[in-house]
Amino acid sequence: MVKLTIDNQPLEVPAGTTILEAARAARIRIPTLCFLKEINEIGACRVCLVEQKGRERLLTACNNVVESGMELFTNSPKVRRARMTNLRLILSQHDSNCPTCVRSGNCSLQKLANDLGIVRVPYEKQLFHSRWTKNFPLLRNYEKCIKCMRCIQICEKVQGMNIWDLSKTGSRTTVDVSGNRILEESDCALCGQCITHCPTGALRERDDTPKVFRALADPDKITVVQIAPAVRAAWGESLGLSREAATVKRLVAAMRKMGFDYIFDTNFSADLTIMEEGSEFLERMKRRGEAKLPLFTSCCPGWVRFIKSQYPEMVAHLSTAKSPQQMFGAVAKSYYASLLGVEPERIFCVSVMPCLAKKQECALPAMQDAGAGQDVDVVLTTREIDRMIRAEHIDAQGLSEEEFDVPLGQGTGAAVIFGATGGVMEAALRSAYYLVTGKNPEPDAFRQVRGLEGWKEAVFDLAGTPVRVAVASGLGNTRRLMEAVKRGEAQYDFVEIMACPGGCAGGGGQPIHDGEELAGVRGQVLYGLDQVSELRFSHENPAVLQCYEDFFGKPLSQKAHHLLHTDHEG
Amino acid sequence: MSRLTIVTKNQAQKTMEGLYQDLERRIVASPPGLCPVDMAASFLKLCHAQSCGKCVPCRIGLGQLERLLEDVLDGKGSLETINLIEELAEDIALSADCAIGWEAAKMVLKGVRGFREDYVEHVERGRCISGLKQAVPCVSLCPAGVDIPGYIALVGEKRYEDAVRLIRKDNPMVSVCGLICEHPCEARCRRNMLDQGVNIRGLKRYAAEHAGKVPAPKPADSTGKRVAVIGGGPGGISAAYYLSLMGHGVTIYEQRKNLGGMLRYGIPAYRLPREILDEEIKVLLSHGVKVETGVRIGEERTVEDLRKEYDAVYIAIGAHQDKKIGIPGEEAKGVLSAVEMLGRLGEGETLDFAGEDVIVIGGGNVAMDAARSAIRLGAAKVRVVYRRRVSDMTALPEEVEGAVAEGCQMAELLAPVRIEAGEDGKAEALWVQPQIIGQVKDGRPAPRKAAVGEERLACDRIIVAIGQGIETKAFEESGIPIRRGGIDALNWSGIQNIPGVFAGGDCVTGPATVIRAIAAGKVAAANIDEYLGFHHPIESGVEIPKIRLDDRAAWGRVNMKERNPVERKRDFALIEQGMSEEEALQEASRCLRCDHCGFGCFRGGRTERW
Repeated sequence: MVKLTIDNQPLEVPAGTTILEAARAARIRIPTLCFLKEINEIGACRVCLVEQKGRERLLTACNNVVESGMELFTNSPKVRRARMTNLRLILSQHDSNCPTCVRSGNCSLQKLANDLGIVRVPYEKQLFHSRWTKNFPLLRNYEKCIKCMRCIQICEKVQGMNIWDLSKTGSRTTVDVSGNRILEESDCALCGQCITHCPTGALRERDDTPKVFRALADPDKITVVQIAPAVRAAWGESLGLSREAATVKRLVAAMRKMGFDYIFDTNFSADLTIMEEGSEFLERMKRRGEAKLPLFTSCCPGWVRFIKSQYPEMVAHLSTAKSPQQMFGAVAKSYYASLLGVEPERIFCVSVMPCLAKKQECALPAMQDAGAGQDVDVVLTTREIDRMIRAEHIDAQGLSEEEFDVPLGQGTGAAVIFGATGGVMEAALRSAYYLVTGKNPEPDAFRQVRGLEGWKEAVFDLAGTPVRVAVASGLGNTRRLMEAVKRGEAQYDFVEIMACPGGCAGGGGQPIHDGEELAGVRGQVLYGLDQVSELRFSHENPAVLQCYEDFFGKPLSQKAHHLLHTDHEG
Repeated sequence: MSRLTIVTKNQAQKTMEGLYQDLERRIVASPPGLCPVDMAASFLKLCHAQSCGKCVPCRIGLGQLERLLEDVLDGKGSLETINLIEELAEDIALSADCAIGWEAAKMVLKGVRGFREDYVEHVERGRCISGLKQAVPCVSLCPAGVDIPGYIALVGEKRYEDAVRLIRKDNPMVSVCGLICEHPCEARCRRNMLDQGVNIRGLKRYAAEHAGKVPAPKPADSTGKRVAVIGGGPGGISAAYYLSLMGHGVTIYEQRKNLGGMLRYGIPAYRLPREILDEEIKVLLSHGVKVETGVRIGEERTVEDLRKEYDAVYIAIGAHQDKKIGIPGEEAKGVLSAVEMLGRLGEGETLDFAGEDVIVIGGGNVAMDAARSAIRLGAAKVRVVYRRRVSDMTALPEEVEGAVAEGCQMAELLAPVRIEAGEDGKAEALWVQPQIIGQVKDGRPAPRKAAVGEERLACDRIIVAIGQGIETKAFEESGIPIRRGGIDALNWSGIQNIPGVFAGGDCVTGPATVIRAIAAGKVAAANIDEYLGFHHPIESGVEIPKIRLDDRAAWGRVNMKERNPVERKRDFALIEQGMSEEEALQEASRCLRCDHCGFGCFRGGRTERW
């Protein structure tokens, strides 16, 4: 243990504790900006400065550890002035046009400048201008980048993709795509983790809300929207709603107020996915030896982008089942159009997703199987739908609960857990068990695959056949798993991968809370919803069963292949 | 009014003098990887501030050049801008009135020609080709990438054994390098920005001498693979050490009687005592490395034989062939090469130069080794004949100073012409042509014949130390590709189209330094391991102390003392004296911990395993 004082308060903390942690333990708040625990402890912004008695130069609290006998001051005149100066310097090179910034009100720089009472920057404004294409789902604004390096670190240390790097040196140092590439030509999986870890508005998603507003205003368009499982666990966060109040039914109400014609649930197509993917898995298991195993899930488009660029030789291991988003789009513009008795072209299909890669997925040429343009026309992130709710002046606190439309609004507990890491695997195993044995397992029988651990393994007995499964989330973990599979060190039958740590609950399109990782909390919401669901097996979803009866026949039928599967060649 | 006044410096001038020195030291400590265009623009600004302002090209032209360079840097320029920069710089170089202007323009010209692709990248894509890749100056300049801030911190905590373990992760020859490494690590030490670079080698020596016996770490399980290493010098020993840690069976083939290569047969004992060398080799080869000495590959056994017998072969034969000077009389008795002389001393032979007048031809470190050994062998007079100036000698300045202190004379600007032998065929004199120093070519002034006649330097013995070659013949016959007199190996030590054969060190690069040979051995070991189908990581397991958070005041560097020249010239015992504990701890505390500060904690502060 090390004894020291911070702001005259005596403390005793374990050796190796950083000054920042020691202060936090004593409820002394030292402001930080570039700091991201365990990811970015590099002392770049020089905001977390403290003064040590007897030492001339100031110290950063985030990456220096306590020493015995230290007397530290977090707000001495010297500290206060230097901290202010550094913040003003950052502001001098930051486009502080806050009213037109998506992060206004949720910006660490803005908050810090306000907290410190900065009302004036005496330095010349110097903005870095650089070009960026406007039509890719991920946008960088160089003029808002404060070079905290978090995006570089999250992409390298957590996702293992190294898409970002420093570019240039000296005064012109900035953050850009590594290797002097442009983003579209890089291997970027579009996980969006750099966005959710950016302290300012330097990184954001392409804003697709105008397209949706236009469609809503077009009397010829029938707007059909789907809401992904993980969205319901997060949409209320930036609207001041408690988790209890922010139910999906209130989101349905908000969207109905906006004027969407039919509001459906991606849970429907998640259950459909289980029917198709589960059947495919059992099919491959039957042909064990000749069929490609392990079978990899294909729900996560970030992961699909990853495997295509990093392990192209393994693409044949991907399930041919489309993601729930794309299955929904294909169904909406075929089966559902016929139910409505309208031309599929009139349907404008929107999805609300916790995800950036979905924006790219819906634009793939292979995702236009219903014959009416893109099966999904526009993807909105959770953040964008929240912005639309605000733009529509909807009183979120005053919403009452409303039901999804039928029939595509029906989903099971197995579908809702798609939004958490391990959820797809668990849902698939529940139904696979049924398909093999003819009876339902205990719904929580496969709970072993739950949890935030980056790489989980389990073996389950499926009517006498051991099924070796693995679940990974985060692309760094994914790469480790893939290398182990390639080297033959790990052998699995079925593998679920999600590009974002913690799965879609921690998706790159979710609301941003600087310094907090909320995948776990949101995942718990989803597991809670599963617990209270009347139906907890995808094969019991009545709307899905009806859809097979009326339209697809059975899983893996020819029609199903046409609309619900892909060869991942797009 | 007085007719004349005594000029004294005022406060501003004194302060400026200090700032000039600060800047000089700062340039020394410039990290590798900076944008060259940005640096050129910054230099230009300095040059422009030096302008007296009289002549147009300098006063206005340098300023306009600056603006154009800024345009390039801001991505506002075009290829046309680059051409304009080149033309403007040419015209300033041609027309400025004094060197302040024309040399400034020449610096820009060198840049726009030397790194034009960087200029182009800036204007076409608004980017820079370069970029900081290496965070820590000393580590990035050490060919073996030794964790220098790490071991200095360990010395600072008196954890000498851990320091040795940490160094061995990247460089097994800790004791040897503590004594004789050329320490490229010190060149750009960031400490130069405050005062002077840290005495890194001195701290390594201190750690090695105070760690006690540090056994080699436990090797990996045996892989059953076998590797032959040809050459028992520092490169071969390093490769053998790492390969044995990885669990491979290694046999070293050495043509001489003992291992060590140039460490034994090139470097005199007064710089590297034999017992220290022997002890280090013993520890490094303690994991069952087999050694066959007195075996010359190419005679009884060929490379092909080894390829059949072993799973991989590493060629690390060094550069041991003496180069001939090519003047008449060179074959006279009493003329020998430094390679031969130092080699015989390395074998333990005692040579007797008692009372002789010895001439050494050459200006490199080997010439100094030969000269200083000759003094120790009893020579009455030793002259080092060199065709350039003493300041042009490639030998380290401290080696030249040491030789002079021991009584060697430097005979500069003398080009050897012929050797005169007596009737008994014994060399009696070296004829030389005096030189005058001339024009700078490739950054080095070239000597030319002075307008005076030849001189005769009477002597009893001549030692030729003008470089070494590589004995490639046996390898060429086995189909190993040769390029520029050396083995043509790739940067990962492999050889094109000959799987399983690797080469590195002096035999590839030509005569270089011990740390380069060690680094080559490390690279070879890693790639041989991969070639054999493994990936054994090498790590130290040593935890590095956290940075001490005191202010770093400017503080003098501790240099190592040497034994008194009068005394030391009589024996071959170690000249250099190590630091005291007080000195070592103080010197260790000077390290700025670039692994933690600045770029270090963000990028590449530490490679924990390879």
